[in-house]
Amino acid sequence: MNTILALAGVVIKELYRRKDFYVLFVLTAVITLLMGSVSFFHDTGIVRYVKEIALLLIWIAALVIAIGTTARQIPAERENRTIFPLLAKPVTRGQVIVGKFAGCWLACGLALMVFYVFFGVVSGSREHYWPVLSFFQAFWLQWVMLGIVVAFVLLGSVVFAAPSSNATISFIVVLGILLLGGHLNQVALQQPEPLRSIVYGVYFLIPHLEWYDVRDLIVYDWNRVGWLDCALATLYAATYAGLLLFGAWLVFRRKPLNV
Amino acid sequence: MKKHGPYLILILLLAACFSLATVLQQRASAWTKRAQSDNVLKVLFGDGRRFFADGFFRQADVSFHSGFYPTIFDQARASQDTRHLTAKEGEPAAEEHEKQFNFLGRPRDWIERFGRHFAVTSHTHLEGKKEREILPWLKMSAELDPQKIETYTVSAYWLRDLGKVKEAEEFLREGLRNNPDSYEILFELGRLYSENYHDPARARNVWELALRRWSEQEAAGKKPDLRELDRTAVYLSHLEEKEGNLARALELLQLAKKASPTPAALQPQIDELKQRLTKRAPSIAPKTP
Repeated sequence: MNTILALAGVVIKELYRRKDFYVLFVLTAVITLLMGSVSFFHDTGIVRYVKEIALLLIWIAALVIAIGTTARQIPAERENRTIFPLLAKPVTRGQVIVGKFAGCWLACGLALMVFYVFFGVVSGSREHYWPVLSFFQAFWLQWVMLGIVVAFVLLGSVVFAAPSSNATISFIVVLGILLLGGHLNQVALQQPEPLRSIVYGVYFLIPHLEWYDVRDLIVYDWNRVGWLDCALATLYAATYAGLLLFGAWLVFRRKPLNV
Repeated sequence: MKKHGPYLILILLLAACFSLATVLQQRASAWTKRAQSDNVLKVLFGDGRRFFADGFFRQADVSFHSGFYPTIFDQARASQDTRHLTAKEGEPAAEEHEKQFNFLGRPRDWIERFGRHFAVTSHTHLEGKKEREILPWLKMSAELDPQKIETYTVSAYWLRDLGKVKEAEEFLREGLRNNPDSYEILFELGRLYSENYHDPARARNVWELALRRWSEQEAAGKKPDLRELDRTAVYLSHLEEKEGNLARALELLQLAKKASPTPAALQPQIDELKQRLTKRAPSIAPKTP
């Protein structure tokens, strides 16, 4: 456990040493504040468009941080040849995978927390009320979703040759699931057999990341999701993350480490 | 000499900047003129801005429904008809829209059933001054595509509803400058004069102009919207009736009847006007000795 935490700590340090997070946060803050400062028809009570834009930017930034940070972890260790002293500590390959996952996921959580605090301040200062539990739920669900994304990218980093190709493919897959994943069943029903069964199979196979996007509930002030549903969604995400990490370990344990 | 080298270069650069500024000044003023006619967004996006304008208009509709909106995958797709955006509960357009928006149906599997716990599943419309939330999207849509007429009419409708009559008039005037032939904007402007400023003379002028614009477009073979003719003629007829011009009111109702999808609904009003006209005729006729 200590080994895993030590590995995770290195990844978290890397996040705050690199400029990615700061650039994305400043961009999000500047765009949100600029949009918030625009006056539409001299009405100061309009707020939802600011929330909508801020949350969209938070989602984009979080995905960029999660995929960007994770994709370079193992390739960088191999390229710099630091993987050899690391494995000679002794650290098992399984611990490397879990440690990297924990580090990336915790780093995403820290970044996400800063983003949500900013969002809460902007939203609260305009709406004059703070639905803290709703914000926490949105934060938690997004963080849990990022767990699946991080595990998926980690698997990609031991399968694909370069971090750039891994990051690109991961972005396409994640955005594809977010935009189309929930509608594949409708698409399947309009197809002839055997395509229908194949598309329906894909629908049941993919992790449904779109569940974790509760931006509309926050922006339009709907009620919170039930805590039991939240717990079930967390369990679902943990299962998928576990499966993907297991897959990553299976590939990594027999992988030659020479570049 | 070596010591002064950097300062000399700096002075040289300053001189170059000054010279360039005098040359570029005239060109820059030409750019400014361009910016007045074509805003930055038009220069940046070209005709592609219409795509974004449609997106922002759609976002206004999404906001009006508090996130409950069909995707392209949902069988009942979002109707192109935007009348529900300016209809209150109970009005025919709102009821028709209620049927169109019943797209969710029963969940097909456990994934869809569970996923609905995390999504907006109730069809509601903004109310209680919350309608203001759609205005930024409409304004952005109008900035990107000044020729999208419904952006002005929908915005003006809600601005009037929110008590921002001056802003509504300014926005409609802006729309009219960009679309001088729009009978829809003229109709909305007439409503503003009639219902908010209580100025029947200006309302009449604007609605008469709207009818003229409609006729011009029909004559040019542009197939203008019959519902707009119906609506304008009915509103103008009511105004003329209030002002005591019963003959003109009758004439307008008969025009509306030709354009109305439910002409039978107008017949009782026409009959009533006819009766009032015949009653009035003997009283105003000169008495014979």
